[in-house]
Amino acid sequence: MSDIVISVRNLTKRFGNFTAVNDISFDVYRGEIFGFLGANGAGKTTAMRMLSGLSYPTSGSGTVAGFDIMREGEMIKRHIGYMSQRFSLYNNLTVAENITLFAGIYGLSKQTTEERRDQLLAQLKFSSERDTLVGALPLGWKQKLAFAIAGVHSPEVVFLDEPTGGVDPVTRRQFWEMIYEAAEGGTTIFVTTHYMDEAEYCSRVSIMVDGEVRALNTPTRLKQQFNAGSMDEVFRSLARDAIRGELLI
Amino acid sequence: MISSFLSFVKKESLHILRDRRTLLVVIMMPVVLIVLFGFAISTEVNNVNVAVVAPDRTDGVIDAVNRIAHNDYFTFCGYIGRDEIDTQLRSGKVNAVIVFAPDYDRRMAQIAAGVPSKPIIQLIVDASDVNTAEAATAYMQEILLETESVQEMFETRMLFNPQMKSAYNFVPGILGLIFILVCSMMTSVSIVREKEVGTMEVLLVSPMRPNKIVLAKMIPYFFISCVVLAIILILSYYLLHVPMSGGVWGIFSLSLLYIVLSLSLGLLVSIIAKTQVMAILISSVVMLMPVLLLSGMLFPIENAPKFFQWFSVTIPARWYIEAIRKMMIQGLPLVAVWKEALILLGMTVTVFGISLVRFNDKLE
Amino acid sequence: MNVIEVNSLSKSFGKTKALDSVSFSVEQGELFGLIGPDGAGKTTLFRLLTTLLNPDEGTAKIEGLDIVKDYIKIRSRVGYMPGRFSLYPDLTVEENLTFFASLFGVKVKDSYDLVAPIYKQIEPFKKRQARNLSGGMKQKLALSCALIHHPGVLFLDEPTTGIDALSRSELWDMLKSLKTKGITILVSTPYMDEAFLCDRIALCNEGRILGIDTPPGIIGKFDSQLYTISADNMFALLGAARKIEGVLECYPFGQTHHLVADERFNEEHFREKLEYLGNLTLIPTEPTIEDVFMNLMKK
Repeated sequence: MSDIVISVRNLTKRFGNFTAVNDISFDVYRGEIFGFLGANGAGKTTAMRMLSGLSYPTSGSGTVAGFDIMREGEMIKRHIGYMSQRFSLYNNLTVAENITLFAGIYGLSKQTTEERRDQLLAQLKFSSERDTLVGALPLGWKQKLAFAIAGVHSPEVVFLDEPTGGVDPVTRRQFWEMIYEAAEGGTTIFVTTHYMDEAEYCSRVSIMVDGEVRALNTPTRLKQQFNAGSMDEVFRSLARDAIRGELLI
Repeated sequence: MISSFLSFVKKESLHILRDRRTLLVVIMMPVVLIVLFGFAISTEVNNVNVAVVAPDRTDGVIDAVNRIAHNDYFTFCGYIGRDEIDTQLRSGKVNAVIVFAPDYDRRMAQIAAGVPSKPIIQLIVDASDVNTAEAATAYMQEILLETESVQEMFETRMLFNPQMKSAYNFVPGILGLIFILVCSMMTSVSIVREKEVGTMEVLLVSPMRPNKIVLAKMIPYFFISCVVLAIILILSYYLLHVPMSGGVWGIFSLSLLYIVLSLSLGLLVSIIAKTQVMAILISSVVMLMPVLLLSGMLFPIENAPKFFQWFSVTIPARWYIEAIRKMMIQGLPLVAVWKEALILLGMTVTVFGISLVRFNDKLE
Repeated sequence: MNVIEVNSLSKSFGKTKALDSVSFSVEQGELFGLIGPDGAGKTTLFRLLTTLLNPDEGTAKIEGLDIVKDYIKIRSRVGYMPGRFSLYPDLTVEENLTFFASLFGVKVKDSYDLVAPIYKQIEPFKKRQARNLSGGMKQKLALSCALIHHPGVLFLDEPTTGIDALSRSELWDMLKSLKTKGITILVSTPYMDEAFLCDRIALCNEGRILGIDTPPGIIGKFDSQLYTISADNMFALLGAARKIEGVLECYPFGQTHHLVADERFNEEHFREKLEYLGNLTLIPTEPTIEDVFMNLMKK
């Protein structure tokens, strides 16, 4: 079994004349926390969509969790977890109902669903909240629950799209601990964020500019390479060269 | 502050002009409706299937039947019994039935001699296609009346559509409907959209007073409504030949009042609704449905249960459609609908007043 | 003179207490930051100060005007940029600016000097509909629109949320230059690292203010010993460190962990106990705003 969970080669996506993602190649290893950074409009979202089986690349090739992104989009969707800041859970369902719902969507058996549900509730220390409507939970709790649910079917990769926006620092830390724990258990984490300090939590970070991956390394090496004190500086020195950010439609 | 008001109106107009699809729907909808009613219901008489009920097949009867049978527009389908009339018409096999009185020849002679008589020919016509039925009836009468006989010899009965609602009878209904759509729905959605997007917050935190914001919002929709009104009136007159003998200005001014009322209703909806979806739901369930069901547009109000008849009094469209019908089709002048006009005016003042007072310059 | 004066303002929505007896004041020409996560009550506070809402209790004054009694006067003097995208997406850049100018009864050219440094950056795209601008550009346009009538006070509700780090630093540069023109600015942000860009900050959480001071002053409120720790296995280190005597907190912080300790903590003892994790480091560190925030949150 290979230890490369995501592998893309020369991935390109064009919309008409516009090249949103231009010839990107990289590998992500099992159990890695892979930070996927980029300025607004650099092509992050487009790339994430291709990796999660939501859209097809114009050219190039790649595999996610062992499935071909050109041909096996549906299989990919089944073997990954996805969580975004915008859509994650149903506010008018209870905590337990949300877990059961997503377990059902991923085709877990009734027995497995119940086991996983109780396990998740215990792990999150949410047992007392199992019948609370998700809408009534504080934002930070929701995000933690959403992350747990994204992993309900034990996927090989979990995609996190700006998972911690607006969350208080304590909860943000707890959230990242959950991410560490999942990664420790062998789940690969693919995460985008606007918090540059979070970039430092990642095993490796890639930075996209104008549809291309301009930098990819561990945070320490990147800081050395760009002679910078923080990831924030690294990011800014790269993003400053962007020519197209503002031209993006 | 006049210039800021005008620029608000301009901005509002830009919103409308940029949203080409919605604009197109609003302008085209009345045109399509009118053209549909105008052409789909053809008035040409062709291939009318006629059956005959004649207890005595006398010479006079046979002679009359022959005249129908030899006419290109009618097809004689044979003699039927009195008890078959309903089934034949209902099945659509025949469009009209001519019923001759038992002693037709004798009474015909009496009529010819000038003796007053009860009708001796009954025409039973399928009136679901009103215009064809009317034309066919008139034509049949002409053919049957070979002699210089009088109208009284006929008794005509229109089945399935006794009120003889025809294409142009729908025009007042279409007017009543369109303005609720254009004014109420579009105004409320445009105001609620600003709440949703967040621009309303910035508008409120500006020196522009809320009543000006509201007025500026209404003006472009008022203008579009006038265009739509003109289109409907022109098409009704030239395409459907709606009489409008009561004078077009009466119809126009009453419609303007109704447009203002619809705009105010839209404003009221926008105060209650927090999302665009909610605004559309309220406009359609609370306003559009009653217009369709209780305004007399589709069903005569007189046939509705007492409760609904009583309830329909509160529906602006009911009064408007009634007044427009009187002016358009019966050809009455504006003075003749003073009661309806006064009720509409009262409603406008009330709704507009409530909306202005309730349109808060705070977020709560 | 205090341009903004807030005295024990409270506001509830149903059972939720969005704002719980908040007081602070902002001086003329100051750049004051409200720093806190979602649900801290920042947006409610902005809506109260921009007179969109009335408080349940307490009072507040903007340039000496009461937010309840004199709200109409306040509205022509303040500039407000709400948290959500507050422009007309179907209007062009130019049309948006012209509209907001006329809303306040001014001409674009009259206030051009103030707006120019910001607007110049988006002027090349003035014929473009606002919906087609990138996040950073939208914020620049929104800021131009909020400034068009020369307001004395500027309220910016989370102007940097959701935009990339570069656009964020550009926006802060703009605020700094506006400050030099004497404009008082109240700005909110969920990003703790932006605190040092403000003259003074208020840390907010769940409707209350945890502390108000200059950024260095806030740092001074941290009353425990702080260390940066690391080891080969970072995740194991987290759990193990928490079990050591004298460790109050240990949490991930960038590539390292931060460890908050009290007087019982012994560096030697710590090293001995956790040596097995490999390449263990323990370095005393200055706290950041985020450390202080977490510290104050727990109190």
